[in-house]
Amino acid sequence: MPVENKPMTKTASRDLFPGALEMMILESLRRQPAHGYALVQHIQQRSNNLLQVEEGSLYPALQRLLKAKLVKAEWGVSATNRRVRTYQITASGLRRLEQQISSFERMFEGIALVLNPVNPLPARRNLQ
Amino acid sequence: MNWIPSIFRRDKLYGDLSEEIRLHIEERAEQLIGEGLSREEAERQARLAFGNRTLLEERSREVWQWPTLESIWADLRFALRQLRRSPGFVFVAIVTLALAIGANAVVFAVLNGLFLRPLNVPQGQSLYSLQRGNEKYIVQSYPDYLDLRDRNRSFNGLAAYTIVQAGMDTGKDPSHVWLYGVSGNYFDVLGIHPYLGRLIQPADERGPGSAPYIVLTWAYWHSHFQDDRNVVGRTVRLNKHPFTIIGVSQPQFHGTLLFFSPDFFVPIVNQEQLTGWADLNARGSRWVFELLGHLKPGLTPAQASADLSSIGSYMKAAYPKEDDQSSFTLVRPGLHGDFFAPAIRAFLVGLMLLAGLILVAACANLGSLFAARAADRGREVALRLALGSSRTRILRQLFTEAVLISLLGGAAGLVGSVALLHRLSVWQPFPQFPMNIPVNPDANVYWVALLLSLASGFLFGIVPVHQVLQSNPYEIVKAGSAGRLRGRITVRDILLVVQIAICAVLVTSSMVAVRGLARSMHTNFGFEPQNAMLVNTDLGMAGYSEDKVPAMQRRMIDAMKSIPGVSSVGLVDSPPMHMGWGLSDVFTDKTTELKPSNAAAEAILFKISPDYFRAAGTALLAGRNLSWRDGMDVPRIAVVNREFANRILGSVNNAIGGHYKMPDGTRIEVVGLVEDGKYTANLAEKPQPAMFMPILQMPASDTWLVLRANRELGRDPQQLAAAVRGKLRDLDSGLPAFLQTWSEEMNGALFPSRMATMSLGVLGVLGAMLSITGIFGMAAYSVSKRLRELGIRMALGAQRREVLQAALGRAFKLLALGSAAGLLLGLLATRLLAFIVYQATPRDPLVLAGAVLAMVLLGLVATWIPAQRALSVDPLILLREE
Repeated sequence: MPVENKPMTKTASRDLFPGALEMMILESLRRQPAHGYALVQHIQQRSNNLLQVEEGSLYPALQRLLKAKLVKAEWGVSATNRRVRTYQITASGLRRLEQQISSFERMFEGIALVLNPVNPLPARRNLQ
Repeated sequence: MNWIPSIFRRDKLYGDLSEEIRLHIEERAEQLIGEGLSREEAERQARLAFGNRTLLEERSREVWQWPTLESIWADLRFALRQLRRSPGFVFVAIVTLALAIGANAVVFAVLNGLFLRPLNVPQGQSLYSLQRGNEKYIVQSYPDYLDLRDRNRSFNGLAAYTIVQAGMDTGKDPSHVWLYGVSGNYFDVLGIHPYLGRLIQPADERGPGSAPYIVLTWAYWHSHFQDDRNVVGRTVRLNKHPFTIIGVSQPQFHGTLLFFSPDFFVPIVNQEQLTGWADLNARGSRWVFELLGHLKPGLTPAQASADLSSIGSYMKAAYPKEDDQSSFTLVRPGLHGDFFAPAIRAFLVGLMLLAGLILVAACANLGSLFAARAADRGREVALRLALGSSRTRILRQLFTEAVLISLLGGAAGLVGSVALLHRLSVWQPFPQFPMNIPVNPDANVYWVALLLSLASGFLFGIVPVHQVLQSNPYEIVKAGSAGRLRGRITVRDILLVVQIAICAVLVTSSMVAVRGLARSMHTNFGFEPQNAMLVNTDLGMAGYSEDKVPAMQRRMIDAMKSIPGVSSVGLVDSPPMHMGWGLSDVFTDKTTELKPSNAAAEAILFKISPDYFRAAGTALLAGRNLSWRDGMDVPRIAVVNREFANRILGSVNNAIGGHYKMPDGTRIEVVGLVEDGKYTANLAEKPQPAMFMPILQMPASDTWLVLRANRELGRDPQQLAAAVRGKLRDLDSGLPAFLQTWSEEMNGALFPSRMATMSLGVLGVLGAMLSITGIFGMAAYSVSKRLRELGIRMALGAQRREVLQAALGRAFKLLALGSAAGLLLGLLATRLLAFIVYQATPRDPLVLAGAVLAMVLLGLVATWIPAQRALSVDPLILLREE
């Protein structure tokens, strides 16, 4: 499988496949708008700290999403009375998320079938 | 476009990002403090968790940047670094391209200025001139012009102009001026506005001699009236007649003829005062230089031709004696119809092709240099491929270098050619005529230069592509760059052969041209231009009336004869091979209906004084010379040349005593026979019939004195000129005179051959230089590739000859192959040259030998250094190296 040689893969997804971080961000934002710090917390908690995402790697991903107009950002004040930049998913972001989830699921299924039912996810050896 | 605002938005984007990241780290730290850590420790932990902030911020920003542009920029910087490492190569490449592209730009600019660009008047593209009949006569009579102007339905006004020279007297020294006699509507039709005062208007025309007005060109006003704004209203004398200056035309207007710009304009109805010819109403007298006008919108030239031809039919029916050609065609103005244009265009197109060949040769040259470079950089390329660079990226890098070099070369070439073109546009090759060669470059020229640079960059950049695509990094890294197959014919070999062939073509054709010119200088002109001086005066300019002209001319001849060192003096209305000559239809004695279609020939007419043949050095073959007794009171006589005798009188032997008729019915008796010569300003002309008539029977006020010096004139023509001026001043101080040696005057006739030879010579030198660099590059490369092999050969006892053969044998074989092909092509191509350069023949042993010798010399020069290098190989040092 050809892998795009994007800068992001060098730090952010040392442990992730390309696009995974964006997909998770979109999914989190679909549930509720959030600022960067809250997103990191959310992803780490939801994954039971299995995914050790470097906090900063979130930001290039967020900029890509912003540029593709999949999310939008606004300065505001958080519940804890902090100045924050809150991200919100857009309509096209929602559509993209659905596509990605379904293609991800198919890929996941395929990989799982090829490997075996006992050993679920060593996907990273194939990718990069 | 989308990216323009995004550039300005970037600052805000980046600001937001930094702020956001700062807040993120702050929030993390505060949370850690809440968990019980010290502030210092919390901040450290927060930064650690965040990762490399600078790098991540950069990554985030990159999202918004333009990746292609920025990587091209990186390529460019890399290319510059690479090129800086081999300045010799870069210098050779840039100079080669600068010469090749510069040559193309110059030739194209001339082609553009003379043929592609319309005249510099408003809406120049719809401006056309009229040509009449199958012979495409562009000169018309004034009554015909009036009919065409008033009856046509195709033009927004039809203007006429003619070229006149006059003597101008502003109160100081009398000077010789060139001007246009223009119709009243001339400026209106062309859409030219006054810079000062007013221009000539239709209302000024109220019959012959009714409008003694002058409109100065801006250039003449600037140079001769020192920008004096009070000049309007001043009265000056032209040929002693008072004329009033009424205005100055726009600065950029130089008349409607390329090559020639007038000093000022006068109404055409006043031409009699300047020329002395009362032929404004003579329908048979064709002297109006050109008719031109803007085609009405929506009309095609063909429709206009049909309209004009119907007027032509009317005129033919109404005036059968004068107008026998009814058809009209349209032609672009500026080059006097099809008179000069075809020859110049053919020559320029030929030159353009040659210049194109030069560029192709230069590209072939650089292409092989680039291929050699790419081969030398095989290791670098292999390493980059092995490290994961894509082949496209490497090719892009090579192309960037090629295009960078070609753009630099193109820019250098353009700068040079612009300088040259500016000099060319102010060039005055003929001291008598005010010239205007409008070849200064415009946007078209810049575009062509840019396109040629880019195209050549791609052309020679593409040569190493195949090589790079084929290269196998593993093999190259393992074996080094020396492990290449030999014996196969490579692209580089073919390129070199092509290039040498092209250069040989250029060298051959320039040699043919130079040799042709050298021969034409020693051809028999039918007169002797050496040691003769020409003095042009127009008695009309000094106000002599017709009856006073002959006596004054005799006085001038006598005065010239009294100058020491002058052996004979003749007078002629226009010397042979001068621009401008008289022509007349002639009829056999038996012809009764004297209409143009019955003419036996069109003969060149010279009006001469008795001693002209002696002064000019023309040999009288039979019969008698003219004498001062051949005046108005004796029957009309003429001396004719051999060609005339053969064509009109039947044979040379019966010529003396034979008769022929002029268009007005006058019977002329032939009293003498002279040798054939060259008469028009064209060295390549075929023998033309010519007749020489006594100036007393055919008076002319504008004449040239021919002074034959009885000693070498070349050393000091100035002394003779001063004597001539002194004598003329004694006779009449108000008479402007123009002096030149006849050899100088001949430059006009030789001008086309000279220009052709010069341009071909330049291209030939360029070709020679290119083949030197090409062969040198190839030889040097093959020697450096095989140094190790040569070292081993020498260590094993090879002789110098064998080493040389191994090192350079291939280069010489290619050189021989290319030269042979080039010589053959060159000899074929130079057949074309014979049309332009008189006596240019490729079947000339000297040219052949010269071309072969030149190519051999080029080969020796180019391979000298590589050969020395091959011979100086020290096997010990070489073998120790690897």
